[in-house]
Order: sequence, then C-alpha cells, then structure tokens
Amino acid sequence: MRGLEFLKKLDAFAMIDREWILVKEYETSENYGKNPEERTVNELLRLGVINLDKPPGPTSHEVTAWIKELLGIERAGHAGTLEPL
Amino acid sequence: MKYLSLSTKAYVTIMQLHKEVPEEKLNAVIKEFTGKIYQKPPVRSSVRRALRVKTIYKIDVLELEYPYVLLYVECEHGTYIRKLIHDIGEVLGVGAHMRELRRVKTGPFKEDETLITMHQLSEAIYLYRKLNDDSEIRKAVLPGEYMVSHLPKVVVTDSAAASITYGADLAVPGITYLHSSIRKGDEVAVFTLKGEIVATGVAMMHTEEILEKRRGIAVKTKRVIMERDIYPRREKEK
Repeated sequence: MRGLEFLKKLDAFAMIDREWILVKEYETSENYGKNPEERTVNELLRLGVINLDKPPGPTSHEVTAWIKELLGIERAGHAGTLEPL
Repeated sequence: MKYLSLSTKAYVTIMQLHKEVPEEKLNAVIKEFTGKIYQKPPVRSSVRRALRVKTIYKIDVLELEYPYVLLYVECEHGTYIRKLIHDIGEVLGVGAHMRELRRVKTGPFKEDETLITMHQLSEAIYLYRKLNDDSEIRKAVLPGEYMVSHLPKVVVTDSAAASITYGADLAVPGITYLHSSIRKGDEVAVFTLKGEIVATGVAMMHTEEILEKRRGIAVKTKRVIMERDIYPRREKEK
C-alpha cells in the first residue's frame, strides 16, 4: 500500500491530523499510473512544485521567468506547465 | 495554484513604533487584532478598495526592542500586513509602520527541509544537466500533489479516477479510503490508490454519511488535474 503511505506523507507535510478510514478493499492495477515518487524528472517538471526561498529584490514574476528558463533549456523545447511557487 | 493563493499565510515582520508605548498596552492592542478585523486595502493594491473582513488567526510578539517589535502573524489570504501594522499603530495612538516582512507559510508550505534557495536550485539543475545526477533536483521539485496536501483527502478506484478525468462526479461506490471529519461543503482532493492527484472537488456528504450510504454523489468534481486515459474507463467494479 505504498500509495497510501505517500498520502500519509502529504498529511504529515501539511501537518494534517486526520484518520484514514477504509471504505472498501481494493487493489490498484500495476498496469496503469505510478506512485508520484517514482516519476521521472521530466514528469515531475510537468506538474511539480518548488518551495522556493525567494530572495528579496527580484519580483516573483522575474524569479519565475528565470526558473522557467533554467528548466526550459533542459527540456529542450518541450512545452511544460511547471508551476513554481 | 488557486488552492495555495486562497490558503492561510504566516509572516514574520518588524513593526517600527513611532513613539514608545508601555509593553502591557502594546500587548493588549495587538491582542485586539486577532479574530475578525476590518481592513481597507491600501491605495496601491490590486483589489477594490472597499472595507473587507479578514481573519487573523494568531499574532505573537517574538521580540521587543524599542522602537522595533518582531511579530509572527498567521492570517487569512489577502490580508495586508503593512496595513495591519499601520492600523495597530493608529490604535496605539503613536503610529507605526512595517520595516521588514517575510512570509514563512503558504498553506502547507513552510520553512522546512523542502525550502530551497535559488542557489541550491541552480546547483540542482546543474548537477542534473551536466552530471546526470538527479538526487538534488528530486529534492527541489516536489510532486504537484504537495500543492493540495492540506486538503481533506478521498481515495478512489482506478475506474472512478478514469471517469472523473472525463468529467464525472465521484459516487460513493468509487471510494476506497477517506479522511475522517470531512464535512459537507469542504473542498477535498481526490487521489488514486497510488497517491496520484485526480481532481479537487466539493464534498456533498460528511464522512459518516459516505460510510453509511452505499450510493449517491459523494464529491462534486470541480477541477480535474490528472490527464485522461492514464487509467482505463471500463474496468468492472469488483
């Protein structure tokens, strides 16, 4: 049940203190999808988030453009939808 | 991103008092600014300048060294801290202004081990690109699921996930796990059993109701995040 472990990790990250309740026994197919922590770097860059310690000075907009450029070169023309914080 | 911009924020800020005031008075006035406050957005702001109600969850004086007061403020999104400090100064009768401001929390994101500097990020990108080492960039770029980590969660079957990506709402039989204490009307996040975000939505039932009822719409889909056709639609429910 590694997916549920990942969700519990998200709870801990957000400091959420809720119980998990089993509604119905179910097994997810190994043929489709994957645990978020098994994504490739390129997959992470398509919908990832950076908890960035923005330096004072440049605006968020400027910092975002800078990061997009840095990561964009790596993706060599692949259009991505990185959403930096 | 909406779920972050509408989430609770916390700041550490320096208030500069224009004249000294007794410490008890300072503490008493600051305490008055917790709970619901009225705030008029500043002249230079991106919203309409009508009086608005904002909730201040917490204000703590961290340090006091006249004329500076180091404050920790936890508040509703859209609260102007500069204005808050100005208003505290007015009520104190001596005037005050904001000297420095640092946001220390946006929803689930805070100053923890995930926080990275531009320098660290650029090093992580360099390591990945030039040396083919992805260890640092993996610590820097978190799965998008972290952006909804503060919402109550519901886990669904593979076929329910597929239906949701095609616009369906989530019915009770599609649920395999869920969080306790979900209230009707809560914004919730829907995940697969592998931990992938499928969509966000609004709970149409309490947790207890979902456990009791065996049918009906449990979550009305609001925003689909998962791409279509990652999971097949027609797998039979077991």
